[in-house]
Amino acid sequence: MEAVELWEIALRSLWVAGLATLLAALPAVPLGLWLALRGGGGLLGRVLLYAGLGLPSVVVGLFFYLLLSRAGPLGSLGLLYTPYAMVLAEAVLAFPPIAAFVLSGARGRVEEVRLLVLSLGGKEGQVLPTLFWESRRTLAAALAAGFGGAISEVGAATLVGGDIRHHTRVLTTAIVVETRKGEVEAALALGMVLMGLALLVTALLVILERE
Amino acid sequence: MRPVLRAEGLVQRYGGFALEVGRLEVHAGEVLAVLGPSGSGKTTLLRLLAGLLRPETGWVEGGSRAYLPQTPPHLRRSVLENAAFGLLLRGVPKREALRRAAAFLGRVGLEERAHQPAHLLSGGESVRLALARTLLVEPEVLLLDEPTASLDPANAAQVEGLLREAAGEGRGVVLATHDLFQARRLAHRVLFLFLGQVVEEAPAPAFFQTPRDPRSQAFLEGRLLV
Repeated sequence: MEAVELWEIALRSLWVAGLATLLAALPAVPLGLWLALRGGGGLLGRVLLYAGLGLPSVVVGLFFYLLLSRAGPLGSLGLLYTPYAMVLAEAVLAFPPIAAFVLSGARGRVEEVRLLVLSLGGKEGQVLPTLFWESRRTLAAALAAGFGGAISEVGAATLVGGDIRHHTRVLTTAIVVETRKGEVEAALALGMVLMGLALLVTALLVILERE
Repeated sequence: MRPVLRAEGLVQRYGGFALEVGRLEVHAGEVLAVLGPSGSGKTTLLRLLAGLLRPETGWVEGGSRAYLPQTPPHLRRSVLENAAFGLLLRGVPKREALRRAAAFLGRVGLEERAHQPAHLLSGGESVRLALARTLLVEPEVLLLDEPTASLDPANAAQVEGLLREAAGEGRGVVLATHDLFQARRLAHRVLFLFLGQVVEEAPAPAFFQTPRDPRSQAFLEGRLLV
């Protein structure tokens, strides 16, 4: 594999996982905070959310495959075997860890924050934004977990992306291909790049968290 | 004196406990000490008056209120940002809120700690910060739950000075305390609670010199057990 192609695959992995994480965070962060404000969302809510952490990526991939395939309900969008289909599937996989991390981090602060806001004459509606800011450290961890899950995912990416060279091939699917071809050295190099990217993004989030 | 807070017919029940307060007024510039043994309902009363709890029956009305819990929580931010928080909640622009907070921190002896994280403060400093944050929103009524319970005499004296100033500025101060000496020093009036009932309400000198109710007398002499 040439260096140019390696960079192309790495960049595609980065933007697909990054966009999936952002897409998942948009509803997952408010949901996690809202559940925290409502006392954790009850036993059933927490069980469902935490069960989502073990969501099999192949099943998610199969679901999106059926949804986006030509005969599926969203087949007319023509998204199957595009990076955007991978973004959608990976966003679903990144959603539970982000919401669960936010819920877990914010739950312990809810009563303090509510007391602080209301005791100073603030309104109930000001509790959520304050809680969001107070949970920002957890937020970095939540995004790192979501991104880590998305970038290292292979089952759904293969099913809905199809591992098409120069189009939907990402680091994880490339590793599978190279290993099957017997190109273990190339597969190892791709693995190193994948780990490096995950580490780099996590480091950036940790730095942002400290700031 | 003009009443800044009025309450009537308050009832709040928890399990077998019931707090019942018939009629209560707090006046501008007055310090009302709420006394009573542990579990008599002091914190519940303060939270009802602050609007943090909705009474089962009865009503509370009056001017703007701020409540200082016994262990004041702080945000994971600097001392200065914590002090400014109440102003920000009330829509004061950030720059102005920080300027006013920075000026006020000098009054509570925390100006040199302004940019440190609030969680690094000692117990006394933490209470002073919370008091600064509470006073900065300029409430008409201050409700304080044992603010000096865990403080050394120097810190307690500083807090008492701030409470005197607040009353001098015309604020009504409701102070729940176990410290009878403090109540003597600060209070104009005393409300004595026992097992959720108002046993006695009297001007402070009269309460401490000639308590009418035998339970008040027993409490002052350290003989009242719950």
